[in-house]
Amino acid sequence: MNGFTTLFYKEVLRFWKVATQTVAAPVLTALLYLLIFSHVLESHVRVYGTVSYTAFLVPGLVMMSVLQNAFANTSSSLIQSKVTGNIIFVLLPPISYREFYAAYVLASIVRGLVVGAGVLAATMWFAPLSLNNPLWVLAFAFLGGAILGSLGVVAGIWADKFDQLAAFQNFLIMPLTFLSGVFYSVHSLPPFWQKVSHFNPIFYMIDGFRYGFFGVSDVSPWKSLAIVGSCFVLLFLLTLTMLKRGYKLRA
Amino acid sequence: MKTAISAHQVAKRFGSVEALAGVDLTVLQGEFFGLLGPNGAGKTTLISALAGLVRVDSGRIEVMGCDVVSDYRNARRQLGVVPQELVFDPFFSVRETLKIQSGYFGIRDNDDWIDEILANLDLTSKANDNMRTLSGGMKRRVLVAQALVHRPPVIVLDEPTAGVDVELRKTLWQFIRRLNSDGHTIVLTTHYLEEAENLCSRIAMLQAGRVVALDTTANLLNRFASHALHLRLGAGAALPPVLAARATEQDGIWSLSFDRFSDIEPVLAQLRAAGCSLEDLEIGKPDLEEVFIRVMQGQQGDMML
Repeated sequence: MNGFTTLFYKEVLRFWKVATQTVAAPVLTALLYLLIFSHVLESHVRVYGTVSYTAFLVPGLVMMSVLQNAFANTSSSLIQSKVTGNIIFVLLPPISYREFYAAYVLASIVRGLVVGAGVLAATMWFAPLSLNNPLWVLAFAFLGGAILGSLGVVAGIWADKFDQLAAFQNFLIMPLTFLSGVFYSVHSLPPFWQKVSHFNPIFYMIDGFRYGFFGVSDVSPWKSLAIVGSCFVLLFLLTLTMLKRGYKLRA
Repeated sequence: MKTAISAHQVAKRFGSVEALAGVDLTVLQGEFFGLLGPNGAGKTTLISALAGLVRVDSGRIEVMGCDVVSDYRNARRQLGVVPQELVFDPFFSVRETLKIQSGYFGIRDNDDWIDEILANLDLTSKANDNMRTLSGGMKRRVLVAQALVHRPPVIVLDEPTAGVDVELRKTLWQFIRRLNSDGHTIVLTTHYLEEAENLCSRIAMLQAGRVVALDTTANLLNRFASHALHLRLGAGAALPPVLAARATEQDGIWSLSFDRFSDIEPVLAQLRAAGCSLEDLEIGKPDLEEVFIRVMQGQQGDMML
């Protein structure tokens, strides 16, 4: 056990101890989305010509849950530790800023994947689902979790109060995830909104993730991978720089 | 004697506030060292800089010879800090908290030492309780325990007894004294000057980010504090005019102060010679509070120049 593995273990243990709130609740929320939207739209919408709306919706909801929960894990852990002051327990030991980053973000990916698996297990019974290429599924889930987990580190460190973090979540994360094509194929949008959607990095995460299931997508999975990968590198560098400088952590 | 902590020309500004204005300080291994000063003097900033929580603008600090910036990993391994704020992680039990803290320092299978700390701090019966359910005093003990999991040779306590009941204070000091006699270096900040006087062998006083006094506790007491003589006169007796001129009277008790203990004897001789009968006599010992007030006042005087 070194500082990194302990911090990673502690971050996983932290959400696991309140799993009803951190795992079961988001699974239930996703299930409710599925029930309501598929009830309303199943008979009206078909996607990619062959895929039923409910089947289309399932991977979208899984990926949305991965992303939202990865963000929630790092951001809520950090803001709580900052507000209560127990952040010093991880600042006093000989833990480097790289280990700090890796531990928090990996734990957030674990939370995202656990919730995502839960959502998949709960929703896959409602529609015939194929698994065309699991590697794409894993790659996008992992990268998407890492991006949102990093963003959660940035938000959790930047925010001084809970309402600032809530603003970050409500005005940035929520619109970006909801308008990313979770609930619809962007091809069904008017051309202008299709263009706008292509500036949303989360669109590529969802689209690439879905490709792993159906083997069809709005854009090529390679393009999605390139864009999502670049986003990760950017956020990785930004977050590491913040941590290295001790921004808002070490005065 | 080897050096445990050395601070060299340490300066730190927070905006327009000069928290540390060039602090030079050396604490030797095995010392019980007191860091005193009014609120805002820079005590906590200095400790935070020592622990790597604050990055200084200039100067450098070493713990057991390890620079706290360039060799932070080793410096932090040598240091156990008990923070001033009563902080805890509500997700974990006492034992989990201590095991996790051990892991942060790369120590696994630390149960024997954890059990020993728990026993010494009277926490054994609370080991499996969640941190949230503990009283303030118990949480304070856990903070002390957390600072000790990696057996640091240097232990810093930032006002550990603020708002703590008498019993815990006693247990705590017993334990800390034992750690000190086992060879640990202890640095203590406190507002209870009596505690510092009883525990610390050497004391630094900070004001406005500067060290304004630094000496052994005994020397500080001798240098700044005065001895006092309190007299209650027998019926009909009057103080000789020479003495009455420099004495103050309150509720029938006359008080005289002296810079040195040896100055008291001549006064007693004068009283005998004058045939002055005494009902009661008490010699007041110097205390750190008086030293503290005198040093702080002296500094303010200097600063006005």
